[in-house]
Amino acid sequence: MTGVERIRSAIANRQGDTTAAFMPYFPSGFPSRPESVAMMRSMADAGADLFEIGFPFSDPLADGPTIQAATHRALLNGMKTRDCLDIAKELRDAGITQPFCAMSYYNPIFNYGPDRFIEDAVRAGFDGFIIPDLPPDEGQEMEEACREAGLALVYLLAPSSSRERIELVTSRSTGFVYLVSVLGTTGARASLPDYLTDLVAQVRADTDTPVCVGFGVSNGVQAAQVASIADGAIVGSALVKAADGPDGADAVKSLARELARGAHGH
Amino acid sequence: MVDQIDAIFQADDYGVHYPDSRGRFGPYGGKYVPETLIPALEELEDIHATAMQDEDFRTELNSLLETYVGRPTPLTHARRLTEHFGGPEIYLKREDLAHTGAHKINNALGQALMVKRILGKNRVVAETGAGQHGVATATACALLDMECVVYMGSVDMARQAPNVFRMRLLGADVREVSSGSQTLKDAINEAIRDWVTNVPDTHYLLGSALGPHPFPVMVRNLQSVIGREARRQMLDPSTGPGQLPDVVVACVGGGSNAIGMFYPFVMDPGVRLVGVEAGGRGIDSHEHAARFADPKMGRLGVLHGTRSYVLQDEDGQIALTHSISAGLDYASVGPEHALLRDRERAEYFYCTDEQALAGFELLCRQEGIIPALESAHAVGWLPELMSDVSSDDVVLVSLSGRGDKDLDTVMAELSPGH
Repeated sequence: MTGVERIRSAIANRQGDTTAAFMPYFPSGFPSRPESVAMMRSMADAGADLFEIGFPFSDPLADGPTIQAATHRALLNGMKTRDCLDIAKELRDAGITQPFCAMSYYNPIFNYGPDRFIEDAVRAGFDGFIIPDLPPDEGQEMEEACREAGLALVYLLAPSSSRERIELVTSRSTGFVYLVSVLGTTGARASLPDYLTDLVAQVRADTDTPVCVGFGVSNGVQAAQVASIADGAIVGSALVKAADGPDGADAVKSLARELARGAHGH
Repeated sequence: MVDQIDAIFQADDYGVHYPDSRGRFGPYGGKYVPETLIPALEELEDIHATAMQDEDFRTELNSLLETYVGRPTPLTHARRLTEHFGGPEIYLKREDLAHTGAHKINNALGQALMVKRILGKNRVVAETGAGQHGVATATACALLDMECVVYMGSVDMARQAPNVFRMRLLGADVREVSSGSQTLKDAINEAIRDWVTNVPDTHYLLGSALGPHPFPVMVRNLQSVIGREARRQMLDPSTGPGQLPDVVVACVGGGSNAIGMFYPFVMDPGVRLVGVEAGGRGIDSHEHAARFADPKMGRLGVLHGTRSYVLQDEDGQIALTHSISAGLDYASVGPEHALLRDRERAEYFYCTDEQALAGFELLCRQEGIIPALESAHAVGWLPELMSDVSSDDVVLVSLSGRGDKDLDTVMAELSPGH
C-alpha cells in the first residue's frame, strides 16, 4: 500500500454517520524527546487512528500560544528535522502501525531539500505531509515529488475559502482535506462554530476525498459533534495542554481515550 | 506638483514584467501563507489594481501626499559632506522631512486609503521594528478614522520608547510581543496571527516590500514616489545637478525605501544602484542582518509568505539577527532586491554598527541633519564608495528618516563630550 492508501484506509475504517477517525497532533520533542515518544505510544493504545507528528519551527505563524510554546520548547530541547524523522522510526520500531503525517512549516523542508526530505520521510515511516504555509499555489513541486513516492500532500481549507478555492483544494489534496474550523490560529475553543455543519457539507459535496476537521476541537463531546458531520477529528492544543501538567502522561492518555470514544461513537 | 503616483504603471520593468501573475520576481516572492489568508490576498490584488486606475483615488492620495505629507520632499546638495570626502557631489533625498519623519508614511497612507475607500474595512493591524512604520500607520488611521493595532517586539519597545508613546498619542493600541527574539520578525508573526483571526474586517498594513504577493509590488509602487521625485529633481537644474546620478545609495532592511528609490532608475543603465544592509557587529560575528553578505547563514528560504534570502541556521530555523538599528534588524529581504541582485542590476554591501554610528555623527556635524540609524547605514557606507568614484561623479543618497527616535541608543553608544 502507498502512504495515500494507508491514510485513506485508516479513515475509511472509522467512516460512518456518527463516527470518524481520531487524529491527534503532537509535537515531537515535547515535553522532552522520550516523553513525546511515550505519549504518542499511549495515544496509539487509546485509539488514535492517524498521527500528525509536529516538526518545530522558530516562526510558527499559524499556531496559537499553546503550540507555539510547546514547539519552542522542542527547539530548546535541541530537536532538529533529523530527530523528528527518527522519532517516527522509533514509533514504527515499537510496533505503531497507524499512518503518520509530518506537520511542518515549509522552510525547514525547503532547507532540508524537498526530495531528500521525502526520501528520508518514507524511510522513517511517514505516509504524508501537512504544510500549513504551502497552499496549492506554491505546492506544485512538493506535490509531484509526493505523487512519485505515493505519499499524501494534505492541503487545507478555511471558513474564508471561496467556491473556487474549495474546488482547487479538493481536486489537489491527497489523503484527506484538512478543514480549519475557525478563522484564527490553532488552539482549544469552548465550542464549535454554528456554521461548521454547512461548511463541511459544502466541502464534501465537492469531493470523495475524506474531510477532516481541526482547530478548536478539544473534548469528547466536540469530537462526537465533528464525527457526526466529517470523516476525521483532529486534536492538537488540548493534548499539548494535557501533556504539560505534572501528571502529563496520564492526562494525555485519559484525554486521548475520551476523544477516541467521542470520535468513534461510543 | 500633483504627479506623485501617476507614473506608477509607466516606470515599468526591466525586460520582463515583474512580478508575474503568481507574484514571482523570477525565483523569488510568491504566496506562502495559510489558506485562510488566500482570499484576503486575492482581494488585495484586485483593490491594488483598481485603486491605481481609479481617478478619484489617485486625486485624493496625490492631494494628501502634497498637503499632508509635505511632498515632494526636497533634494539637498550636501556641500560640506562633499567637501569632507573631496570626491563626488553628494545629494540627499530628504524623506526625513516627510510628515512623521520617514518614508514609511508614503506606504501607510496609500494602503490605508485604499482599504478604507475601496474595500470598506475599518480595522488595521501593523508590525513595527523601529516604530517608524507603526507611527506612520497610527497617523494614517487617525487621519482616516480607522481602528489601529500595532504589534511591536519587547526589545524594540525598549529601544524605541519615544515612538511607542507617539503611537499611543495617535490613538493606536500598541501590543507588546514577547515571543521569540522579541523584535520585528516576531511582531510580523503576531500581526499575521491577528489578521488570520480577524480577516473579514481587518487589513494587515505591512510596512515593507516583503511578505506574500501582492505586498512587495504594492509597497514598491507606493514608495516609488521617492525615486520618481528624486529622478526629476536631479534632472532639473533648478532643483539638482541637471543630470542623472552615477550612483544611488539606500539602506536595506526589508527594503522599502531602497526599492522605492531604485525602481524609477532601473531603466537608466548608467545609474549604479547600491543597497546597504546592516552589518551589525561584523559578518564573522554572526550578529548582523546582512542576508546577502553571509553565504553560510544567508540562504534561499521562505519567511513570512515570501521566498527570498533568509538568515537561518543549518536546520532551517530562522536566525536571530542584530543591528543597532531596529528598522534593519530583520532576517529576510524583499524578493525584488534578490532579483535585482541576481540580474546584477543592483549591488548590495553592508555597513557595521560602528560605521553607521560614524555616518550618523558625520551627517550631524557636516550637514546639521540628524539621520535615523537606518539611513545612517547609507551614509556610513560612503567612505567605501570613495575609492570607486571620481570627483566628476554625482551620488544620490536616500535619507529615509530622521534620527530623533534613536537619540537614546546613540547616547548610550557615544561617550559624553564626544
